[in-house]
Amino acid sequence: MQDILMVSDISKTYASGFSALKNINLAIRRGEIFALLGPNGAGKTTLISIICGIVNPSAGTVLVSGHDNIRDYRAARSMIGLVPQELTTDAFETVWATVAFSRGLFGKPPNPSHIEKVLKALSLWDKKDNKIITLSGGMKRRLMIAKALSHEPQILFLDEPTAGVDVVLRRDMWELVRTLRDTGVTIILTTHYIDEAEEMADRIGVIHRGEIILVDDKSELMRKLGKKQLVLQLQHALQHIPSELSKYGLEISSDGCELKYTYDTQSERIGIDALLKDLGDAGILFKDLRTTESSLEEIFVSLVGDAQ
Amino acid sequence: MNIHAIRAIYRFEMARTWRTMMQSIISPVISTSLYFIVFGAAIGSRISEVGGVSYGTFIVPGLVMLSLLTQSISNASFGIYFPKFTGTIYELLSAPISYVEIVLSYVGAAATKSIMLGLIILATAYLFVPLHIDHPFWMILFLVLTAVTFSLIGFIIGIWADGFEKLQVVPLLIITPLTFLGGSFYSIDMLPPFWQTVALFNPVVYLISGFRWSFYGLSDVSVVLSLGMALSFLVVSLAIVAWIFKTGYRLKT
Repeated sequence: MQDILMVSDISKTYASGFSALKNINLAIRRGEIFALLGPNGAGKTTLISIICGIVNPSAGTVLVSGHDNIRDYRAARSMIGLVPQELTTDAFETVWATVAFSRGLFGKPPNPSHIEKVLKALSLWDKKDNKIITLSGGMKRRLMIAKALSHEPQILFLDEPTAGVDVVLRRDMWELVRTLRDTGVTIILTTHYIDEAEEMADRIGVIHRGEIILVDDKSELMRKLGKKQLVLQLQHALQHIPSELSKYGLEISSDGCELKYTYDTQSERIGIDALLKDLGDAGILFKDLRTTESSLEEIFVSLVGDAQ
Repeated sequence: MNIHAIRAIYRFEMARTWRTMMQSIISPVISTSLYFIVFGAAIGSRISEVGGVSYGTFIVPGLVMLSLLTQSISNASFGIYFPKFTGTIYELLSAPISYVEIVLSYVGAAATKSIMLGLIILATAYLFVPLHIDHPFWMILFLVLTAVTFSLIGFIIGIWADGFEKLQVVPLLIITPLTFLGGSFYSIDMLPPFWQTVALFNPVVYLISGFRWSFYGLSDVSVVLSLGMALSFLVVSLAIVAWIFKTGYRLKT
């Protein structure tokens, strides 16, 4: 797949000496949903701000569909829509006026039918003549997305799109992002909610202390780093684990009714068949079994732990 | 040239002007009327004539300049400071728009508003005193030049300011005193010789003198010098704005 965004060797050191980004390299594929995952202060917003031209990089280049974002800033920027983390809007303008303003600002001639389409897609159409100050928080966030989409960008940055948004709105937001992707827009979102990245992204980049620790397909990331657990529910409670099963490193629940076996999905022999056979030989009968995958949260914690 | 962006910003800024039109028109009309009542009627009755024109008529160009300077600065500084304050400046900084286009649209809108106010004050003055304009072309030239220059200065202040207090400081502590001491209400040859020399260090003297000359042919300094000074202020302001954008001062880190 073709890369729509190329970030090469981007570093940012602030005047205070604080190094916010260290030699970032990142390629975003056309049409994907990419999640930049990292804890607060990892450098997510700084990276987005550099790509969008709000912060000057200390070193490195950004190519947006082949256009250098500094030398050829007009071409580069007109392809990008940015929805920042903070709800920063005017107050006294109407919804329609502010979206039309954004479209003009990005160099596009007026197109009421496009703005109508965007407002309808974001359920803001019936608010089009309202002043922004009268909107709820959720509506304001949708308005900021409408502003970012007003000039028909090919890349949309969503910086913490669901920060401070309730569960229902969060679901709606995810749905909306998928709908946008279906229209061909490449979406890069930042989040520190692991389930959000897991739920939405095609690929995930993990950023920590200004460095990209890892970029991979979500499923690949889960597969690579994922450990699975096999939980066996026993017919009869066990007092202790028989010694012939000690090599499996089993854990026994406090009531003795469950055995837990942790295995690495990557290893050659995961050992489930042998375990089940040995259990049978030991006369341990089970009535049910289930497997669980480690969540992205666990993966993330282990990654960050390794990096430190 | 991103014409659509220039138009969008200009319209946005002018929309702000129309929204606040009542206070934008009424306050200068009231303050101008007060000046006429206080200076024109009370003091003017003691100073009958200056250079062959009645005192009330004499102060009109100075009054217009007074509003033009303060309004240009406050419009332009507020126009760029407010997006910084609310955070909406992110959009401007991430838009495919050049610095020249940003300045053209913000300063253009601020200057438009202050020129409109200047003309409203002129119209108000016409209700109180007889007026004539000897050199209309020069009058418009000084009006526009001053509005643009001081809108640029306002733009610079708006970028420099990191609080509402700083927005007020320059107009209040520098521009207003300079305007009052710059011959709005008197001809500087009415001053003792020493203060006449001091007055020549006040840039506003040149603007008011040139502007008044375009009305009545009366000037404290030669009109060519006035024009030269007005143009120099414009060039200096442009240079500072260019430097701000080159370095990203107070806009980008």
